[in-house]
Amino acid sequence: MPNVLPTIAALNLMPILPEMILAGMACLILLIDPFLPRHGRNVSYALTLLTLIVLFIVTLLHMSPEVRLSFGGMVVNDPMSDLMKLVSYVALAAVLVMSRGYLRDRGMDKGEYYMLALFGLLGMMILISANHLLLIYLGLELMSLAMYAMTAFKRDDGRASEAAMKYFVLGALASGILLYGMSLLYGVTGGQLMLTDIATALTHDSPSLALKAAVVLLVVGAVFKLGIAPFHMWLPDVYEGAPTAVTLYLATAPKIAALAMVIRLLVDGMGGLMSDWQPILIVTVVLSLAIGNVVAIAQTSFKRMLTYSAISHVGFIMLGILAGTQAGYSAALFYAIAYVVMSIGAFGMILLLARQGYEAENLDDLNGLNDRSPVMAFVFLLLMFSMAGIPFTLGFWAKLAVLQAVVGVGLWWLAVYAVVMAVIGAFYYLRAVKFVYFDAPTDTTPVNADWNVQGVLALSGLLVLIWGLFPSALVGLATRAFGG
Amino acid sequence: MEKIYLAIVLAPLIGALIAGLFGRKIGNVGAHSVTILGVAIAFGLSLYAFYMHVWGGLPTFSAAVYTWAAADSFHFDIGFMIDHLTVLMMVVVTSVSLMVHIYTVGYMVGDPGYQRFFSYISLFTFSMLMLVMANNLLQLFFGWEAVGLVSYLLIGFWYKKETAILANLKAFIVNRVGDFGFLLGIAAILMYANTLDYATFFERLPALAGVKVEYWPGVEWSLPTVIAILLFIGAMGKSAQVPLHVWLPDSMEGPTPISALIHAATMVTAGIFMVARFSPVFELSDAALSFVMVIGAITALFMGLLGIVQNDIKRVIAYSTLSQLGYMTVALGASAYSAAIFHLMTHAFFKALLFLAAGSVIIAMHHEQDIRKMGGLWKYMPITFVTFLIGSLALIGFPGTSGFFSKDSIILAVQASHLPGATFAYWSVLLGVFVTAFYTFRMFFLVFFGKERMDAPTRSHLHESPKVVTLPLILLAIPALLVGYFTIDPLLYSGFFGTAIEVLPAHDVMATLHEHFHGAGAMMLHGFTSPVVWLSFLGVALAGLMYLVLPNQLPMLFARIFAWPKRVLDGAYGFDDFNNVIFGGGSRLLGRGFWRIGDVRLIDGLMVNGTAHLIGVTALQWRKIQTGYLYHYAFVMILGLIGLMTWIVFLR
Repeated sequence: MPNVLPTIAALNLMPILPEMILAGMACLILLIDPFLPRHGRNVSYALTLLTLIVLFIVTLLHMSPEVRLSFGGMVVNDPMSDLMKLVSYVALAAVLVMSRGYLRDRGMDKGEYYMLALFGLLGMMILISANHLLLIYLGLELMSLAMYAMTAFKRDDGRASEAAMKYFVLGALASGILLYGMSLLYGVTGGQLMLTDIATALTHDSPSLALKAAVVLLVVGAVFKLGIAPFHMWLPDVYEGAPTAVTLYLATAPKIAALAMVIRLLVDGMGGLMSDWQPILIVTVVLSLAIGNVVAIAQTSFKRMLTYSAISHVGFIMLGILAGTQAGYSAALFYAIAYVVMSIGAFGMILLLARQGYEAENLDDLNGLNDRSPVMAFVFLLLMFSMAGIPFTLGFWAKLAVLQAVVGVGLWWLAVYAVVMAVIGAFYYLRAVKFVYFDAPTDTTPVNADWNVQGVLALSGLLVLIWGLFPSALVGLATRAFGG
Repeated sequence: MEKIYLAIVLAPLIGALIAGLFGRKIGNVGAHSVTILGVAIAFGLSLYAFYMHVWGGLPTFSAAVYTWAAADSFHFDIGFMIDHLTVLMMVVVTSVSLMVHIYTVGYMVGDPGYQRFFSYISLFTFSMLMLVMANNLLQLFFGWEAVGLVSYLLIGFWYKKETAILANLKAFIVNRVGDFGFLLGIAAILMYANTLDYATFFERLPALAGVKVEYWPGVEWSLPTVIAILLFIGAMGKSAQVPLHVWLPDSMEGPTPISALIHAATMVTAGIFMVARFSPVFELSDAALSFVMVIGAITALFMGLLGIVQNDIKRVIAYSTLSQLGYMTVALGASAYSAAIFHLMTHAFFKALLFLAAGSVIIAMHHEQDIRKMGGLWKYMPITFVTFLIGSLALIGFPGTSGFFSKDSIILAVQASHLPGATFAYWSVLLGVFVTAFYTFRMFFLVFFGKERMDAPTRSHLHESPKVVTLPLILLAIPALLVGYFTIDPLLYSGFFGTAIEVLPAHDVMATLHEHFHGAGAMMLHGFTSPVVWLSFLGVALAGLMYLVLPNQLPMLFARIFAWPKRVLDGAYGFDDFNNVIFGGGSRLLGRGFWRIGDVRLIDGLMVNGTAHLIGVTALQWRKIQTGYLYHYAFVMILGLIGLMTWIVFLR
């Protein structure tokens, strides 16, 4: 490498324009927020949403089917990163819109919430576009630190603090594992950090012991954020302990970024070692599907049930990755997007039912929702059907796509196993629907949540239904993301 | 023309939909107006299509209207095949249907299900037209099942009456038995000929004639025999041939217009039509033809005998329908397809007439159907009396009536046939003539002559039915009387059906008949010299002797002398008892066994509840792993990492 600093023009900054805008806006909000009136963060909220809209437009305008490298190849923009970023913006916007009333009711409506959300998003975007081991680590930590802080956002709440503590310690452990894997990889490949260079360097016929160890460490570090078993232990406690508005944040956009990290590391970087990472993923998927679906049945808390359902869903997403084909990757992405839509709706239901001074987290709180708000009850039914994978909802096509990918590479037994687990899972989704429609409500007052909560919920229900009836548009997007 | 065919089919459907969905809104008058209009349009256009095909020289139309589904190389089309056979059926179906629609206005007045009834009968007309106009087996099967469905709905029309519910259930189940055979036949055609299209199938048929099917190790049948017999089993269910006839007498639980339209004139003849349509297949198999002929002969004679002991006016006519369907089937077996269709047509008119006239009697008698409680009705209801007499004369084949020409042709055709079983069939249909004449006129005399046996209040209210009832009677009496005289020559001896019906020269009994045919008038005169007419006169005379001259002595005397045969007839040969005990009881026993062992123990007990229990227990156990302690969580992570590391790095 010539020992000359590259010029600004050679850095080719256009592809990272959204990241630069985001960083600038986050700093701007950070600066002006203290000078705003003490109560009501309307300006920060509006600026945050404005930022997301601008980012959406800029990313949309710069979309291209080509792979664009910048920053000396450290940052990569391709159709996959474009789609993932767009989904992240929309998901974050939906989360912020829904959380508004909840935060205000609980005195959590502070400027920091919006700034942390934006810095977290910056971390996700860096992760999504990273083509360099250090950049991956940087993005992951930026995202994670924002998430730890948000989990502990309600400082005086014991449960939230405990959750943040667990999250931080286990997250640090996982980061350590990841970093250890990266350093081994760096050594084995003879000092390569760029993922594309690593891919060309890994042409050995049989990988050395150190390389194998690196693969294990990297896989473990990468799947931690997704919450794949047996590295899922933090997930139920954190999701349950965090304020619901934060849970909503944790459960949506970061999943996309974590999926991006897995794809960048395993597929782009270590695609040649598939025969080594595939069995690891198979084991973890088998465990995730079992734990997610079986333990969810024993839960009395709706929020905790959804966290176990999240473990099962990321298991399904990983099915697509472990297939190791273009169809598999796009199926995984399709599933991840579907999961984001569904979990915005499902966790949003808790926001819908929560009142000032009352968290509606238990399954009992769902009783008789149909009598209180038939429209929301129907949205709930759609969401649960979709999570259970009942035709013709979005979730059905998502499950079908990953199963097709797995069957496509001959892993019949795994597909059958996944279907059996999905059937077991259908039990608790349908049980929740039963509470909504057939049980008498404990609280008979009509639901009077904000119009923006109800609006986003209705939208998610509508998406689940429309994409369930006409899935080809979304399937096409996910396929094109991998050059299909 | 394609648009006209579509309109013929759709007009009754639209009427049915309007009357069915908006019946409440448009009221009784609206419902019957719209359905009668629909059927009238269908009738008018059918007449036009008939004219265009028969005199206008239009060639056979056969094309798909649209493709319903395509799978692999198969196309499942909705299409029409319109030839002379089809247009004849269309005219018969729509004309009888129109008469029945008009008649129903008078018959069903005041019934709470008035609109529903009109919706059903229009839906029936649509289904029946779909059946006869089909150009492929799938659509035929659709129409076949749709008419069965409407029949089911209408037999149980008075759904609060338990006997009606049992009767419609019986009709449905017995027809399933026939449909099973029919479906197998269709499947065999699809499997061997690779098509469901009539025309394509008939094209490929010669190549399949020699194919053998080994349906049991060591036992081979030729493919046409297998297909023909399977198809005929379907016809046996729909056209109520022994032993699948048991549902038809019970179907009389439905309203009388239905008995006329569905269970006499049209639906039950669908089986006859289907066999005629598939004449090219039946022609290739002498075994199938003999089978058809023998089944038909048994039905014709033995079901007629049952008519003698019935006392319900509708059941007498129902058994006569069974017997007449037997005649048609015999004709099919003798390869006299055109004679079968000819009889189908004349029977449609005179049997619909008889049923509707019986319905008129029932209205007058305030829904009393027992002929022993009637008598002397002729002076109260002259129009009904005269039209009923015309129907009866046509039924017994009195020379000059339409029934005479068609039934005589069948008997002559059977006489000319050389297939195995033809002799048996000939004697059966010959004796059947005597039996038919006897029970018909037994009923006729008991209803219209003799002592007035009804109670006083009923007698005081006896009067002729309203015009809306008598008009269809008169309109049906005309073809019942005359249609045979004018159409026998064109239908049977002038190649009317053309290529629609195919007969091998070796089987061509109609050609033999043609040599002896010198016009309808000559046939009438010749009739008086044949045993057929005299047998029917003998039947009438015996009925007159028993029920007019010596009504108090002779029936009792005969009942005593023939005590044992009468018991057999009263039990309808024990078919119902046999079915109840063997099939009903057997399947209940089998079902209970499966339910107890398979359902309760294996599926519910072991599989459903067992796995649910297992998963519930597992969930409670696994849940305990989530202790809430941070160091446990970190330990699990490290353990997982070490486990994977050991496996991947050292063990693989």
